[in-house]
Amino acid sequence: MKWIKIEKKDFNRGLSALAKAYRLLGPVKKEKAHAFEALNEGQTPDFDFFNTHLSPKFLVQPQSEILFEYSLDEGKEDHHILKEIQKDLLPRLVVGIRPCDAAALLLVRRNFDASKYRDPFWVGAYESLTLFGLACGAPCATCFCTTAGGGPFNEAGLDALLVDAGDYFLVRPITEKGEGALKTAGWENAVDEKTALDIVTLLKTAAESRITSTVETDHLKNQSTVALYDAPFWEDVSFSCINCGTCTYVCPTCWCFDIQDECFGYSGVRMRNWDSCMYPLFTLHGSGHNPRGTKLHRVRQRFMHKLKYYVDKYDDGIQCVGCGRCIQSCPVNIDIRKVCKLMNSHPDPSTVCPV
Amino acid sequence: MIEYNQKIREIAARLLKEGKVDMVIGFRKGTMPMMNEPCFIKKPEQANLLVWDSHCGINLANYLYDRKEKIGVVAKGCDSRNIVTHIVENKIRREQVYIIGVPCTGMADKRRIALLTQKDGEIREVSEEKGRITVKGDKFNKIFEKGEVLQDNCSTCLHRNPVIHDEMVAEPVPEQTGIDPFKDVRETEKLPPEEKRVFFKNLVADCIRCYACRNACPLCYCPTCFVDEARPQWVGKSVDPTDTMTFHFLRAYHCAGRCTDCGACERACPVGIRVRQFTKKLNKDCLELFNWKAGLTLDERPPLDTYKPQDPNDFIR
Repeated sequence: MKWIKIEKKDFNRGLSALAKAYRLLGPVKKEKAHAFEALNEGQTPDFDFFNTHLSPKFLVQPQSEILFEYSLDEGKEDHHILKEIQKDLLPRLVVGIRPCDAAALLLVRRNFDASKYRDPFWVGAYESLTLFGLACGAPCATCFCTTAGGGPFNEAGLDALLVDAGDYFLVRPITEKGEGALKTAGWENAVDEKTALDIVTLLKTAAESRITSTVETDHLKNQSTVALYDAPFWEDVSFSCINCGTCTYVCPTCWCFDIQDECFGYSGVRMRNWDSCMYPLFTLHGSGHNPRGTKLHRVRQRFMHKLKYYVDKYDDGIQCVGCGRCIQSCPVNIDIRKVCKLMNSHPDPSTVCPV
Repeated sequence: MIEYNQKIREIAARLLKEGKVDMVIGFRKGTMPMMNEPCFIKKPEQANLLVWDSHCGINLANYLYDRKEKIGVVAKGCDSRNIVTHIVENKIRREQVYIIGVPCTGMADKRRIALLTQKDGEIREVSEEKGRITVKGDKFNKIFEKGEVLQDNCSTCLHRNPVIHDEMVAEPVPEQTGIDPFKDVRETEKLPPEEKRVFFKNLVADCIRCYACRNACPLCYCPTCFVDEARPQWVGKSVDPTDTMTFHFLRAYHCAGRCTDCGACERACPVGIRVRQFTKKLNKDCLELFNWKAGLTLDERPPLDTYKPQDPNDFIR
């Protein structure tokens, strides 16, 4: 296992070298909170941050994304043809993405990069990214990545992992892409593996021990879908919900979108926008019927999708990386950890006396 | 304020036991510091779930309508004004609600507190005693006078006591005096048109169109909001700045003469937009033009859905 040492004073020099080959993105301190943004020349990402309010999923799936355009102006050669927008897919490098957010992109990939269907827009944007993760030393009280299949030093979905070791970073190249980028940056000072690993293990154990919040997911797969669907707790769980889409918009693993056509005069575009299962419009049929007509239906759907349908379909854990954003941003304090516990421990009705 | 807890529980248990109401809507303790969750109880033995402190900012009037039960509801000043508005607008019948009035000394602004302790780290625990709020993190402990960390709307609130109630949990608190709630609006009004445009543009620049402000608002109960209409579609659904501004402006106008400045919109916004900058201007206009404040009386409809011969009409002369 190779580890590279970067002195912090040399970090900016490496970034400048990277900026010649990639467009750099990273966490930046804004007026209200940190956010992932393009880094200007010479700008250093600010690694002193808790999870950003919005997840970096927008780097691959922007909230609004134009896919096609057309013109009805007969003076133009290609009028009346719906043309695909040529995307800018030049290489981008994200410095300082959290392991949970990188794992989330990998999880979402299941939906957009499947054997049967492949979404060229999503896949193109995803493949243009190189992800330098920053091992998380500042988990929040709402973080539960360690029981959601990840961890603060998790490498899944990353091309390289940076560990802040005080005056210097220890970096582990994970993929060829990552290795190449490290070379471009001129970060090639390999250090003794055992020493590096000892330091990293110590930091990792400390970070993991700071994560005190957990979810139990062990029974979800064996639970009866119908029993969970009909469980009596949904009325209580959904009562406070105001059906805003905040939880789904801040979630790094929510991938739903809506296709919209917008026209102006003789030209127009076809775009996709984030959509949310919290909205009544999400499932409204052309007939006017809505199979998820009440907020109970919609709240149940969100949790059933993340914690049951996904679990059953992929047999690889829950559709959640434990970043805690939905818990922090929910205006009425609906907490996925609480709901997960209710679902996981819901008694099997076949074993319960009906009286 | 925490002293109200016991009284609220007693009243709730009694109402449920006597069958005066089918459910009581109040708050239960949240899973995060500075957050409580709106909840309902239907059995007297659940009454101990109910809590009251400075983190009950959600407007419970939002949970009352389109229900069949007889409802007991815990209501602070602004909630009570929105209940009045609901009754006036026929969203709920007066006899369907039993209002448990709570004299309020304001709700804490969790964002402001988080900002004031940002350098110290994450807040892990919050407690409250005698008008002081203590927040604790892993390495810090800070005490705030509640008055310093109030939600903006609470610091300029002129109706802290419920305007309508069936029972009070305590004696009324003194109302604030000598306060100009529209100071910031006056500043904005003075701006030249172009600067005003930029002001509003910047105000909503971070909007993600999640509609949390609308959904947290007790006034926004339209079966289909104009932004969700599909035939015809009035507003685009992307994050185009013009569409986003259209949403905010139109929503504010739909609330004109009905808004109680309860602050639910700002509290709910996940990206911290000062949504009240829109609604407050209209509140000010309603006060100046019609001498009207929303939700104070059951006997009068809001000025914008009534006509009176003496209404100001200089603008069409």
